Amino acid sequence: MALKPVNAVVVGAGAGGGVVAKELSEAGLSVALLERGGWTTFEQHGHDELISQRVTILGNAFGPDDERHRRVVSAGAGKWRTVLPSEGGYGNNAACVGSGTVSYGAMAWRFMEKDFRMRSTYGAVAGSTLEDWPISYAELEPFYEKAEWEIGVAGDMKANPFSPPQRRPYPMPPFPLNREGEMLQAAAKKLGFHPFPVPMLRNSVPYGGRPACIKCRYCVGFACEVNAKCGTHNTVIPTAIATGNCDVRTHCVAKEVAVDDRGFARGVSYFDANDREQFQPADLVVAAASATETARLLLNSKSKLFPTGAGNRSDWVGRNLQGHAYAGAWGLFEQETFDDVGAGATIAIMDFNHGNPGLAGGAMLANEFIRLPYLFSGRRPPGAPTWGKAHKDFQRQFYRRSIGVQGPVQEIPVFDARVEVDPEVKDHWGIPVARISGSRHPHDIEIGRFTSSKAELWLKEAGAIQTWTTVPGLGVSGGQHQAGTCRMGNDPKTSVTNKHGQLHDIPNIFVADGSLHVTNGGFNPVLTIMALGYWVGDYIRKNWKGPKSFRS
Amino acid sequence: MKYNRRRFVKTVAAGVGGAFLLPARGADASVWRFFTNADARLVDAITEQIIPADQDPGARDAGVINFIDKQLAGRLRRHRQAYRDGLIGVDETSRAMFGREFVVLAPEQQTEVLKALESGKAKGETWRKQSSAAFFRLIRDHTMAGFYGGPQHGGNRGYASYKMLGLDYPQIIGQNRYRRRS
Repeated sequence: MALKPVNAVVVGAGAGGGVVAKELSEAGLSVALLERGGWTTFEQHGHDELISQRVTILGNAFGPDDERHRRVVSAGAGKWRTVLPSEGGYGNNAACVGSGTVSYGAMAWRFMEKDFRMRSTYGAVAGSTLEDWPISYAELEPFYEKAEWEIGVAGDMKANPFSPPQRRPYPMPPFPLNREGEMLQAAAKKLGFHPFPVPMLRNSVPYGGRPACIKCRYCVGFACEVNAKCGTHNTVIPTAIATGNCDVRTHCVAKEVAVDDRGFARGVSYFDANDREQFQPADLVVAAASATETARLLLNSKSKLFPTGAGNRSDWVGRNLQGHAYAGAWGLFEQETFDDVGAGATIAIMDFNHGNPGLAGGAMLANEFIRLPYLFSGRRPPGAPTWGKAHKDFQRQFYRRSIGVQGPVQEIPVFDARVEVDPEVKDHWGIPVARISGSRHPHDIEIGRFTSSKAELWLKEAGAIQTWTTVPGLGVSGGQHQAGTCRMGNDPKTSVTNKHGQLHDIPNIFVADGSLHVTNGGFNPVLTIMALGYWVGDYIRKNWKGPKSFRS
Repeated sequence: MKYNRRRFVKTVAAGVGGAFLLPARGADASVWRFFTNADARLVDAITEQIIPADQDPGARDAGVINFIDKQLAGRLRRHRQAYRDGLIGVDETSRAMFGREFVVLAPEQQTEVLKALESGKAKGETWRKQSSAAFFRLIRDHTMAGFYGGPQHGGNRGYASYKMLGLDYPQIIGQNRYRRRS
């Protein structure tokens, strides 16, 4: 039996979907916001390192669960393996209201102007689909600002000459440096780098009716104990609910977007909390389920006109899967570097995002969040013992005397790094699961070697007695920073949506998450995903003239 | 009280002694959730090698075996077969190298056996079916998690590892957060 029609179904209550749901419901549209997970509370897992977003040895704190969800990942040589959500390789993001914004480290980066013009800046790169975005930084800038003010960012870019233009300062002052930050600031200045405080989606002062951060040891990987971290679950989604127009439906798993014989979406089929299949008729659909799950949803949405999936006429849905090739360095010190002032990451530089000789891009570099004891037990220089007395000695000696500097290398997109739908494996509800394959571009590793050498230099200048670099290998990309699978562009032959996030093929289906990213910046992508939520929402609002608005 | 091997054996014996209240399961009725008593002695010896006691507690003192046993009956159920096979393999390697089972070897000999497992070149029939290195990594990671993770999961008894690292737990907030310059 069909449910009462709504104007819009938004699939996914994360960084993008939460924003879109708020924008549309504020404009008076009736919205059903579907979320496969539930609401979370701090009390569910507290500060339990073994069930957190960073350590999943005992499971995923914020979903999805291992019992009902699966993915298939390439094992090389034409072989595939099925992976559980808490296992490496799944490429998990969270499944709960707010998604990753509940438990993230909350770095609040704007991409730089050149990040929107990678092809123009660096030219074609062999083996890559490197391209410019169809929108410029200047076009997205007001929407970054909106995200920063409505969701809440603490920071100050005055000391950063590489910052893209920012018309309005952040609403909250920056966090002070911790001990690591002070050591690195002095060293950076000696090296001629330009350090500045990391902008954070976290309250440095009371804001938005929520208190200031208490600087606890935990933060990244955990829900906030005092609700000082700013996600969509405690900002825009409550605003959406307060309009009376947004119905948040938790534990609802989208199956497919139904597309009629004229080529328009009719609504969304989903399984509710009791595993009953429901059909929600709607005038428009917004897919905001993450780069993996949005691609899966569209590919599973087969219709008469589009038998290979919605938006997939040119075979671009699921292509160009990107994440970040995290590279950096670790340093060991004689003196204590640990002051137990959380969240830990306080200082960054953008000296090496662009303009690196012979390289098509780079990365922001920042000191790492506090490493908790189990995670630190795996941080060792190459060749160091991983167990026994020597391992324990290292833990005791260096837990409080180490600094990590890491940065998300902007990946060069690869057409064959992709999300497909597996022909055999299905989840608990019988829905074909995502299948992930392909590998990073070799140039990502070259860039990572360069940026990690700068991180190492920085640590040495700060007084490290021993350093080592960490550079990822080739291999399947994606992960928490997954992006790129429904690229926006002007040419329907080489992109999935137009510059407004609207499918070229089906005008009443929109995408509003990291899937839209043409390239993924040398930064944590969440603020850009939020800004795109506002950007897509703004377009829908301005062009909404009633139920038939996007059906022509 | 220090949780040494003698006390460990006594605990096991007490468990057996109390078993008359339960349906008879023979003299070796396990006091553990998943492990047999013999398994438990072996796992206890392996984990103590991975994190040995010194001036600070080791895996045994911190109850790492309790963590692993509890998790194999719960969230880590999927690794049960790996443990069943792997523990047989450890004794096969031990006998091949030193002619005796692992728990009775001298500590230095136990280290040698674990190094052989870690290298992936350990001798033993079991390791034809599964990689000794993979099993070693599994039990090593579970030992680390049991020792360095939170006590609510059965390990890290008395916050042993947090004390070793100088971490208050629960973290005291409010005394020292406002001295930073602004």
